[in-house]
Amino acid sequence: MTADVVLDDVTVRFGPFTAVDHAQLRIEPGEFFSFLGPSGCGKTTILRTISGFIQPTEGAVRIGGRDMAGITPNNRPTALIFQNLALFPMMSVADNIGYGLRVRGQSRRKRQARVDELLDLIALSDQGGKMIDELSGGQRQRVAIARALAVEPQVLLLDEPLSALDLKLRQHMRRELRAIQQRVGITFIYITHDQGEALTMSDRIGVMNAGRIEQVGRGRDIYDDPKTEFVASFVGENNALPGRVAAVAEGLAAVETGFGLLRGRNPRGLQPGQPAKLFVRPEALRVRPQGFAADVADIAYEGNLTHISLRAGDTPLAMLIGAGDHTQPPNIGDHVTLGFAEHEATVLPAGP
Amino acid sequence: MTAKHVITFSTWFYLGIFFLYLFGPLAVMGVTAFNTPSYPQAFPFEAFTWHWFAVLSEDKDVLYGFTNSIKIGVLVVCLSVPLGLAGALVMQMVYSRARSLYYLVVVSPVLTPGVIIGISTVIFWRDFTTLTGMRFMYDGTVLVVLGQSSFIAAYCMLIILARLQRFDRGLQEAALDLGASHTQVFFHILLPFLRPAMLSAAVLAFLSSFENYNTTTIAILADKTLTTVLAGRVRQGSTPAISALAVVIISVTVIAAILYEVLRRRDDARKAIQLRNAATAEAMELSPA
Amino acid sequence: MTAATGHWLVLALPVLVLAFFVISARLEKRSIASFWRRNGTAVSIYLLGAVGLWAIFMIVLPQLFMVEMSFRPKLPPTQMGGPRDIYTLQNYKYFLFGSTSSTDSWNVIHLRAFAITIVASVLITLFNFAFCYPLAFYMAQVATAARVRVLLLMLIAPYWINEVLRAFALRVIFAGSGVLNRALQGMGLITEPFDFLGADVAMYVGLSYAYLLLLVFPLYNAVESLDKRQIEAARDLGAPWWHIHLFIVMPHAKPGIASGCTLVFMLTSGALAAPLVLGGPRTLWFTPIVYDRFYQAFNWPQGAAYAFILLLTCVAFVLAVLRLSRLSLGEMTK
Repeated sequence: MTADVVLDDVTVRFGPFTAVDHAQLRIEPGEFFSFLGPSGCGKTTILRTISGFIQPTEGAVRIGGRDMAGITPNNRPTALIFQNLALFPMMSVADNIGYGLRVRGQSRRKRQARVDELLDLIALSDQGGKMIDELSGGQRQRVAIARALAVEPQVLLLDEPLSALDLKLRQHMRRELRAIQQRVGITFIYITHDQGEALTMSDRIGVMNAGRIEQVGRGRDIYDDPKTEFVASFVGENNALPGRVAAVAEGLAAVETGFGLLRGRNPRGLQPGQPAKLFVRPEALRVRPQGFAADVADIAYEGNLTHISLRAGDTPLAMLIGAGDHTQPPNIGDHVTLGFAEHEATVLPAGP
Repeated sequence: MTAKHVITFSTWFYLGIFFLYLFGPLAVMGVTAFNTPSYPQAFPFEAFTWHWFAVLSEDKDVLYGFTNSIKIGVLVVCLSVPLGLAGALVMQMVYSRARSLYYLVVVSPVLTPGVIIGISTVIFWRDFTTLTGMRFMYDGTVLVVLGQSSFIAAYCMLIILARLQRFDRGLQEAALDLGASHTQVFFHILLPFLRPAMLSAAVLAFLSSFENYNTTTIAILADKTLTTVLAGRVRQGSTPAISALAVVIISVTVIAAILYEVLRRRDDARKAIQLRNAATAEAMELSPA
Repeated sequence: MTAATGHWLVLALPVLVLAFFVISARLEKRSIASFWRRNGTAVSIYLLGAVGLWAIFMIVLPQLFMVEMSFRPKLPPTQMGGPRDIYTLQNYKYFLFGSTSSTDSWNVIHLRAFAITIVASVLITLFNFAFCYPLAFYMAQVATAARVRVLLLMLIAPYWINEVLRAFALRVIFAGSGVLNRALQGMGLITEPFDFLGADVAMYVGLSYAYLLLLVFPLYNAVESLDKRQIEAARDLGAPWWHIHLFIVMPHAKPGIASGCTLVFMLTSGALAAPLVLGGPRTLWFTPIVYDRFYQAFNWPQGAAYAFILLLTCVAFVLAVLRLSRLSLGEMTK
């Protein structure tokens, strides 16, 4: 059984510092939702507020329709996976997993059955007797998840669980986590600063910056259709060309930049005269016969991709060519003209 | 002789003198336990005998004092360890301005001469029991336990505090999050973690209580413990039965120390095996599957 | 003021202190409620109850009651709390003048004992320091780890034996027919057994012996934390060994020296076992006198007064050491 999570205008302040600023959000039941943002953006605070370790200064948290005000963590239908896992070192794997059931007064036999079930789920079927110290990093991850799932929470909260693992293991665990979530079917709320994780695992992503949720949507929407400057530059690489809106027509805006008049989509409905930034992804930049001028500064060949760093005047630019593009990459020091398709660029308000 | 030789020689000479000073008296006393004269004599050594050990085993006062000391030791452990534990936990929670005052108060008995602790304990409880009518509490054993615990609890607190500072608060939060009540967290998570420190504290508490004299001799009123019996005997001039007692105590402590070392070695070996298992698991995970 | 009211005043003192704590907690925006919430009911009751019992009933109140009693006259139990039980300085007068009323002559015996105790304790502390410092330095900086373990074990071993028995061991050695006398006679240095016990020599040696270990440990810890390279650098620069010790090692080890010396001084001045066991009939040491006031003369108020004087002396010593070494209490007790 799972539930939705509603943040109803939640604000969390610590003295003069606002960690979460008027968060308004509904996370669907059974959804894999990620909060994505840099360190200090407030995502950990939001997670701890949902789990009950922090009380919101304003607003309410509702899980399954129930207001969680005043309800302590041990009474909420949530389970939290801590960043450092917090597995109990004095207990075995089986005892760790069964702990939530033990404090609920379940008999040893019932506990054993459920623990065995979970050990199978995480593929550690015969390791129940081992102590935590004897496990590898990936194994400990899985034990932490099993322990949280044992209490059958309606919502599972994960605090950057993969950040301590090395690259290969992380990629493996991403698929594992997603698979487990789909098998178990409950709401997962995941926080991370790694956009790759967020994009591959999540149904929807909430991008956060300095306490505010800037955009919520599917990975594709956030990548292709960023609504704020921060989202445009944080998720994926993006080239930002500053300027001022000169003209507006049919959902497009023409921006007067240092490199001439450039056109892009205008999702925020900017008006002429407003300061703006035009964002175009490196993979959308092309060498064209007509466009604005740039010099090739560096080329990094990565096998399936080639990263090209350019400079247009003072502005650094990044371009990406895939091996399947069948275009000839320029050489270092070349003087090229760059262009892009209008619908592949986005014009967003500049500044705060 | 070079300077280096001089230094080495004087180092050994100094160490020799030091440990002669330290062990000499004890060795001499040990010898007197096996010597026949009826007052403790080491030299000349007349004849080897176990006689004084037999005398010791029949000494009613010593035996009574011994059992009483054990009883008091156990009671002191039962009182000091919980007090020390609470003291350590509160120390971590008290905010910084009050912390130094709190620390000063609870550590002060350690710095106070034992005699004063004994006197103040007796005076206070005599007045308090008359004021509140709890006359039964005014008893030698109770007073000694209370007096000794006032500073032994501080020892316990310091030992437990050292281990407590390495405690991962996240474990408490994880347990709470899984649905445990605070009491369950206390017994399932915190106490097991602190167990080694609490055991050391208990051992230290018992030993400190057993061998305490200054506070005990005042607070014990009309009753006796082993140390007060000994002190009385020694002043009156005694037989080598006292030396025999010292030999017994020395042997017991040596055996206990050896046992402790053996147990510790075994525990270390077990931990090494666990770490090896973890490393193997780690390696298997990272290799191409 | 009669003692009865004084009593209740003293009992009220801890309550006032607690109130102070609560109020200042409020001011710092923490509350009792958050403490309760963080710990749950059962655990909170345990914590507050245990610490309350310990701090108030086992530490603060007994001291206050003792000090309070020292200002009262000696009265038979029936008259305590009655009209004759008023506050007075007579016990302290007795310490100074040998009588509760007249100030004609000084209480020579007790004052001498007090002075000897203080001076001897200081000297014994200094001697112990000089004796232990080389060993502590050796263990901390020179010896290998394995050897240090062995040395530590050898150091601790004698202290597993009760201090009364250790004093007894010394008595055996210093007795008229003991090992020392026989050795000296055998070597021809003396012709008759020397009364070490009566001359208090045995007692001073016993006092030094009793607390030797307690100085080694803090010194060892303090010196161990010194980076060996500092010493090597100084030697490189040509500093003589005494210079190195005086100006590099000892200043660094200051907290350890201070705490070790303070501990030894307080234990020595408050020693009861060694003076009782090793002292002669005319031995002058302050703590046995305190004991006597209590259980020989059965004058509890006076015993309390003497105990308080001893306590004040110890506190004064600690403060003096702190001031002299320019340390704070927290640094020293590490």
